[in-house]
Amino acid sequence: MSITTAQMMAGRDPAAAKSLGRRRHRADLIVTYACYAATAIGLLFLASILATLVWRGAAALDWTVFSKEFEPTTYGDPTAPRGGLLHAIVGSLIQTAIGTAIGTPIGLLVGTYLAEYARTSPLGNAVRFVSDVLLSAPSILIGLFIYTLVVLPLGGFSGWAGSLALAIIVVPVVVRTTEDMLQLIPNTLREAVIGLGAPKWKMITLVCYKAALSGIATGVLLAVARIAGETAPLLLTSFGNNVVTGDLSNAMASLPIAIYQQANSGFPDLIEIAWAGALIVTAGVLFINVVARVLLRSRH
Amino acid sequence: MQAAGPPAVKTRRSTGSLGDIIFEWMCRGAGILVLLTLGGIILTLFLGGLQAFQAFGLSFLTSTDWNPVEGRESYGAFVAIFGTIVTSVLAIAFAVPVAFGVAFFLTELAPPWLKRPVGTAIELLAAVPSIIYGMWGLFVLVPFVQQNIQLAFGETLGAIPLVGFLFASNSFAGTSLFAAALVLAIMILPFIAATMRDVFDQVPPVYKESAYGLGATRWEVMKGVVLPYTRISVVGGIMLGLGRALGETMAVTFVIGNANRMATSLFDPSTTIASIVAMEFPESLNGSLKQSALFALGFLLFVISFVVLATSRYLLRSRLKA
Repeated sequence: MSITTAQMMAGRDPAAAKSLGRRRHRADLIVTYACYAATAIGLLFLASILATLVWRGAAALDWTVFSKEFEPTTYGDPTAPRGGLLHAIVGSLIQTAIGTAIGTPIGLLVGTYLAEYARTSPLGNAVRFVSDVLLSAPSILIGLFIYTLVVLPLGGFSGWAGSLALAIIVVPVVVRTTEDMLQLIPNTLREAVIGLGAPKWKMITLVCYKAALSGIATGVLLAVARIAGETAPLLLTSFGNNVVTGDLSNAMASLPIAIYQQANSGFPDLIEIAWAGALIVTAGVLFINVVARVLLRSRH
Repeated sequence: MQAAGPPAVKTRRSTGSLGDIIFEWMCRGAGILVLLTLGGIILTLFLGGLQAFQAFGLSFLTSTDWNPVEGRESYGAFVAIFGTIVTSVLAIAFAVPVAFGVAFFLTELAPPWLKRPVGTAIELLAAVPSIIYGMWGLFVLVPFVQQNIQLAFGETLGAIPLVGFLFASNSFAGTSLFAAALVLAIMILPFIAATMRDVFDQVPPVYKESAYGLGATRWEVMKGVVLPYTRISVVGGIMLGLGRALGETMAVTFVIGNANRMATSLFDPSTTIASIVAMEFPESLNGSLKQSALFALGFLLFVISFVVLATSRYLLRSRLKA
C-alpha cells in the first residue's frame, strides 16, 4: 500500500483525516455488503436447484418409479401403463459398482506409489501431474477413448465399456486422497514398524493403510458420488437401454442417461419421471458426500 | 511435506524382500498405467481425427461448415471452438467476482459459527451432478433468461450502435450462449471459491495482523496484503475453473440450443465442442468422415483443456506443496 497524497495531507489536517477515514470506512462497508450478496447468490442457486428438485421430483416419485421399466409416453391416457426407472437404477448400480471395484485398487496403488516410493522422483512427478490433469479432464473425451478401445472391438455399446469409462474417472480421485492421507502419517510410525523388522510392503499394507483408512474411504466415497452422476462418457460407451438387464456385454441403462433422454423427450409424463430420477441421483450423491465429510471429520 | 519424504529404508534381503519387490512394482505399474491412459487418450483422439485433419487440413480450424449431406460433406471446427471459448470465458467473468465474494466472506467476514455450514453448502454445490445443472438450467434458468434477461437486454443494450447486435437476437427460445455461460458460471463457482478460500487461509496471520495493527480496514487488508500474497494461486484457481468449463458437456448440451451455425448474438443458440460430440457422436457411422471430424474436435478440446489445466497446476504448485 503506497501512501497517497490524501493520506499525507490527512496526517496534518484533522478535517481531511476525518473525510479520509469516512471514505475508507465506506469502501470497506460496500465491499463487505457485496461479499454478503455474493454468498447469498451462491446459496440461492443451491437452494433453487434443491427446491426445484424436491418440488418437481417428489410430485412424480412413487413406487412405480422404483418398480417399473421404461414405458413410452401415455399421451395423457390414464389407462396406459406408466413407466419407471428400475432399468436405469439397476444399470447405474451395476456400472458404478464395477467402475469403483476396478478403479479403487489402481488408484490406491498409484497413491501409494506417489506417497511411499516416489515422492520426488521424475516418474512420480510425471504420474502426479498426469493424474491431476485426468482429475479435471473433460469426461466426454474418456468416453471417446473407451469407445475406440472397447466399443469398436466388441462391436457395440456395452455395460463393460461404461464401467471401464467410470473406472478411469475413479482412479485420479482415489489417487489424490490416498496420497494426501498417506503423507499425513508421521514418519516416526513408519520407522517404528521398520525397526521391528517388518518389510516395507507389510509396513504399508498393515500399518499405513490402517492409519489412513478413514481418509482413503472418504476418497472412494467421493469417487462413487462423482461417477454416480456422470453422464457424458456413458453416452458413448453403455449408451442406454429400456429394460432391466444384468448383461454387461450389451447396452445398459443408467440413471443419468435415462434422465437425459426423458427430460429431452418433450412429453410431460416422461419429463416428470426424469425429475423423479434427478431427485434420486442428487439425493444419493449429496448423501454420500455428507457421509464422506462426517467420516473425514471424525478422524481429526 | 514434499521434501521430507519417507525414510529411506533398506530391508534385509531375507525377510519379505520378494514381497517388497512385487509390491513396489505393482505400485509403479499402476502409476505407469495412469501415464499410458493419458497417452492412449491423446493417441486415440488424434488417430480418430486423422481422416478429418487430412481431408480439410488447416481449414478445419477456420471453417464454419457442418454439412453431413453425402457427396457434399464438409466439416469445420470454428463454430464449436468459438462457442466453447465464448461460453467458458463469459462463465469465468460471471463466476470470479461472486467466487471472490464468497471466499472473502468465508475467510474474513463470516462469524465462526457460520463458516462451516456455508462452506459445506458451497462445496455441495460442486457435488451436484452436471446433468442436474442441465435439467435445472433447461426448465428454470432458460425460461428466466428468455422472459426477463433477453428482452430487457435486447431493448436497452440492443439499441447501442456498433455493439448492439451482440444483445439483439431473432431467436426467442432462450437456449443460447448466454444461458450456457450462466449455467457454467454456477457450476464452476464452488471450485473457484474453494480454491480462493484455501489460499486466503494460508496467508500467515502475522501479516494480516500487522496491517490491522496499522489501522487498515478488512478490505484494505484483502487488497493490500492477502491478494498480493496469493495472486498466483488465485489465478491458478481461476484457470482450474476455466478448465472445467471448457470440457463441461451435459449442462451445456441442455441449454445451448445445439445449433451448428455461427452465433452473432449472445442470445443466439450455438454449440460447443463437448456438446456437439455428445449430440452427434452416438448417431455417426463408424469410420465415417463425420465421426472422424468429431474425434478431431475431441483432440482439439483435449489440447485446449490440457494447456489450461497444466497452467493451473503450475500456478497452484506452491499451494500443493504447502
